[in-house]
Amino acid sequence: MIRKLFVGSFLALLTLSAFGAFDLGQLMGDLARNQGGRAKFVEKKYISFLDRPVVSTGEMTYSPPDRLEKRTVTPKPEILLLDRDMLSIEREKQRLSINLASQPEALAFIDSIRGTLAGNRAALERNYLLHLAGSFDNWTLTMLPSDQKIAALVQRIVVTGSRNQVRRIEYLQADGDRSVLSIEPLEGK
Amino acid sequence: MNGAVPRAVLIWLLAMLAGVVIVWNSRFAADMSFFLPAHPSAGQQVLVNQIKEGVVSRLLMIAIAGGDADQRATLSRNLRRLLESGESFASIQNGEAGSHDADREFLFKHRYLLSPAVTPARFTVDGLRSAIANSIDLLASPAGFVLKPLLTRDPTGELVELLGGLDAGSQPDMRGGVWASRDGERAMLLVQTGALGSDTDGQEAAIKAIRDAFAVSVEAAGFSGASIEISGPGVFAVNARALIKEEVTRLSLISSLTIICVLFFVYRSPRLLTLGLLPVVSGVLAGIVAVSLAYGTVFGITVGFGSALIGEAVDYSIYYFVQSGRTGFSGWRERFWPTVRLGVLTSVCGFGALMFSGFPGLAQLGLYSLSGVLAAAIVTRFVLPELAGGSTITRDLSPLGKTVAKGIRAAHALRWPVLLFAALAAVHLLVHRETLWHPDLSVLSTATAEESALDMRLRSDIAAPDARYMVVINAADRETALQGAEIAGEKLDRLVAAGAIASYDTPARFLPSAARQQARCASLPASDELRLRLQTAQTGSPLAAERLEGFIDDVAANKTQCAIGRDSLAGTGLALLVDTLMQPHSGGVSILMPLHPAAGQPLAIAAVRDALAGTDALAIDLKAELDQLYRDYLREAILLSLGGLLAIVLLLAATLRSPGRLLAVMLPLVLSVLLVIAGLSLLGERLHLLHLVGMLLIVAVGSNYALFFDRANDQHRLDEETLASMLIANLTTAIGFGTLALSKVPVLHALGVTVGPGAIMALLLTAVFVRHETAR
Repeated sequence: MIRKLFVGSFLALLTLSAFGAFDLGQLMGDLARNQGGRAKFVEKKYISFLDRPVVSTGEMTYSPPDRLEKRTVTPKPEILLLDRDMLSIEREKQRLSINLASQPEALAFIDSIRGTLAGNRAALERNYLLHLAGSFDNWTLTMLPSDQKIAALVQRIVVTGSRNQVRRIEYLQADGDRSVLSIEPLEGK
Repeated sequence: MNGAVPRAVLIWLLAMLAGVVIVWNSRFAADMSFFLPAHPSAGQQVLVNQIKEGVVSRLLMIAIAGGDADQRATLSRNLRRLLESGESFASIQNGEAGSHDADREFLFKHRYLLSPAVTPARFTVDGLRSAIANSIDLLASPAGFVLKPLLTRDPTGELVELLGGLDAGSQPDMRGGVWASRDGERAMLLVQTGALGSDTDGQEAAIKAIRDAFAVSVEAAGFSGASIEISGPGVFAVNARALIKEEVTRLSLISSLTIICVLFFVYRSPRLLTLGLLPVVSGVLAGIVAVSLAYGTVFGITVGFGSALIGEAVDYSIYYFVQSGRTGFSGWRERFWPTVRLGVLTSVCGFGALMFSGFPGLAQLGLYSLSGVLAAAIVTRFVLPELAGGSTITRDLSPLGKTVAKGIRAAHALRWPVLLFAALAAVHLLVHRETLWHPDLSVLSTATAEESALDMRLRSDIAAPDARYMVVINAADRETALQGAEIAGEKLDRLVAAGAIASYDTPARFLPSAARQQARCASLPASDELRLRLQTAQTGSPLAAERLEGFIDDVAANKTQCAIGRDSLAGTGLALLVDTLMQPHSGGVSILMPLHPAAGQPLAIAAVRDALAGTDALAIDLKAELDQLYRDYLREAILLSLGGLLAIVLLLAATLRSPGRLLAVMLPLVLSVLLVIAGLSLLGERLHLLHLVGMLLIVAVGSNYALFFDRANDQHRLDEETLASMLIANLTTAIGFGTLALSKVPVLHALGVTVGPGAIMALLLTAVFVRHETAR
């Protein structure tokens, strides 16, 4: 108990001294106030056996707190919808639905995006060690999985953004492959 | 006289002895074959096979409740391990990771023989380029994660193609790494018994094995408060058998004890009582012997019907003892026996009509009752008088007879009210004719509402396959059947693409016909040629041809092994799937291809039939077959009842030789049927085909009483003894059938609730409509 307290206050001291007024709590608060909206995305997947990354583009729509729609346009149309705990993927004529409550690892993975977008610190800290760097206008949130099972899927997640807008999410997978999702908000809702 | 006497008794004794031996060696069953058609159509044959040995009839669903999700998952894993160590189960599934590893390994290893996408075009430069580009595109999707680790060995994505066909249906939810119910509060397992669905002993053993293993795993895990629920066709069958066993004993006991009490009250003599029961015992024995010899197997429900037979068969000895008091045996034989004999014959007409039913249960009930009644009557006529040695009832029953006579005179005033009620009953039945009858066979099932509800709940929790629709292929041998399944599969693929059906299962997916395997094998290019084509195809692609050596090796390996057989599937779950969908039988091989309806829309079986036109495949809706089966039974029961009625009318017409007398006998019987049926309808009883049969039996059994009144008309006098004997005989019959009304087995309940009151009503109404001078 005493040790926990000590570590806690030590970390708090560190955070305070490093970033002054900008801390994780504040970022989360700002993110939570994001009203959602539409954004263009470009996703690049770097895969060991491919000479070039696989690039996909499309639009994302986020409606806080727990609905996220990702419409891929190229290379193949695909709609991915995350609504609460239901993840569905529609591609060509196939449609696949997964109840995430039954897949704890996948849920933890999804929570990294959802928790960031919604500014849900508790959800993030349940599965990741968080480290925030940068300033209010240009921050970088690094997440390291605390659970072995999640670590078997992903080594590290790096989210960068500006104010309450997420701009880039980078996943470093356990096998060394990497994917980078760049987000460009669209005007209007 | 002396020469004939011992002979009748001797013959009877020998017959009884032989009967006991036969019954001792008889096979008794309480399975579904009671209800299954004796002469099925092609569609019904599929239904019968499914119920008797189909994969669905061997599935048991298990739910584990109590504790938290992890504790339930532990119990589920332990249970699976324990059951797998035994021999009773063909498969145990609980959703555990790794349980499908062998299947995936098999599919991956033989993918170029199994994938329907493997054609010569697939391995041309263009075909390779487009298939590989497609796979790379798929990597952009989250769905690509399955593909990625294998992509350099399977760049054309055959495994994805194969897995697409597997597990197309919805899967149960997961909690703690195992299947869970929709609400997550129960762990779910699905097991397939080794025993056939029709093997009730095997099913009972399997259920017991599950319960025992569960108790062991609960103890091992140290949890308390965990509980298990099991449902499935096997559970229904076992419960039904237990219910019928219990009821046979209970109903026979109630009926015999009550009737013995009545007889003792009448006879006041243990000796007469014992003698009076001899025809009954003989009748019951004869019934079982006849059924056993004719059918080989005696259904439990048939034996349960014995309680009614007891009530009916005891009548004859009552007539004999009560009526022969004044005149002795020879007088009785002259005065009363012809009437009793005519009554026996009308009963025989009624029960005999049932023997022609294609509903095996009904045919057995008919034969059982017919033999029983005949034997009881014959023993009463030829054996009982000899054994009784002239002793008859000593008690004076004339006061009872006088009371009855008085009652009959009073009853006479009721003829107009009865006619009025009968008219009202007719109107009621006419108005409600659409809703009078229960529309399907499920009404005859012994399953309780709780059992059905549990089954529905587990079925939805585990997303168990709904095996209602299927395509069936019959062929002389396996290869022809598989080729037929492949042709039908191609037609069904179009329906899947059009969204008319979600998917279908076929053994040809995991065990293609030899012809198809050869064709796929021939599509595979040699390694050097493939390498060359890849070089051209992959120019400019992010996936360089040099990285695809694993692919080239795998194609070469498949090319050297172009014939997989049933043995290649050994050790995988696919073997089970293939075995259940492909059943060899004496006439060849049958393949079943279950169809899965698209979500939220009913499956149009007509569209499937159209799609399959021109092939040998048969599209079947098992529910429709079942409904049709019931409609066939119902229509047949109507015909048989009318036929039985006609036989009785003709018999009476030929014997009575007077339209007036015929009308006097028949009118009360027809009115009784009308009143009883209307009464049952008013009490909320949904009528089904056994009620219909009951209507015939009211006429067949009730006519016995009407005939005594008719005979009395002849001589213008009905003595007190006859009246008393009729009342007592009627009471025992009503007790016998009435006991059946207590049964939870719908078949027996319906007969009891119809014939019990019907018999009493027949006597009452005959008394009401009897001609004035008779009872004076």
